Amino acid sequence: MAQNYGSRRIVVGAHYGLRDWLSQRVTAALMALFTFVLLAQILFGGELDYDRWAAIFSKQWMRVLTFSVIVALAVHAWVGVRDILMDYVHGVVLRLCLQGVTLVWLVGCAGWAIQVLWRL
Amino acid sequence: MTESIKHKTQRPGTMRLVDALQYRLPLAGWVSILHRASGALMFVLLPFIIWMFDTSLSTEISHSQFVALFLGGIGWLPGWLFKLVALSLIWAYLHHFIAGVRHLWMDATHAVSLEFGRASAVATLALSGTLTLLLGAKLFI
Repeated sequence: MAQNYGSRRIVVGAHYGLRDWLSQRVTAALMALFTFVLLAQILFGGELDYDRWAAIFSKQWMRVLTFSVIVALAVHAWVGVRDILMDYVHGVVLRLCLQGVTLVWLVGCAGWAIQVLWRL
Repeated sequence: MTESIKHKTQRPGTMRLVDALQYRLPLAGWVSILHRASGALMFVLLPFIIWMFDTSLSTEISHSQFVALFLGGIGWLPGWLFKLVALSLIWAYLHHFIAGVRHLWMDATHAVSLEFGRASAVATLALSGTLTLLLGAKLFI
């Protein structure tokens, strides 16, 4: 086993492992639940015009659920995209830069989505 | 040719993106790489998804703009192009969802036999493909 600490440490992103594996699955389960909850409301209740579409997201419990799904999606995508970067991008500087861009992208998108959600 | 032989003798090493293209992948491998590709696609198109969420939901006026984009396009970009992007997102979501459930099932039941891997891979591809075709028909026709 080659030396993997100090200046020769292979940088793969901080504290990965069980926690990331588990959080990816927990967030996936939440998003799957959300999918079925949303789908049920879309499929049952007649034609889907603007009023009915807006009514779905006007309920407080649906907003709270959607909010947690947005956060879950950001966490889920962070683990997934970082896995991709760890597999395919081996230059430390480039990888850390791309991970930084990924974080900004996800936090930005999550902020935007949450803003859209709560000003409805 | 010599290059690829030389390359093979160096196995195993770190994986590169081109390595994924040098195998004849089994179906479970296709499910796996498409799981990744579909996730990456949705990640890249997140702003478009949030834009759809925003305009379809905010007001009745923005909702009609949302509908108009897919029917008439915008500027020199035709509406079918946006429908195509939406359909690619539909496929990505379906595939990612079903392949993810397959993963969770394997995690929960320790179903790691070759037969189950292949059968569930076929089911994943067939189900996501069929649903994409059906929803595509609904979107375009």
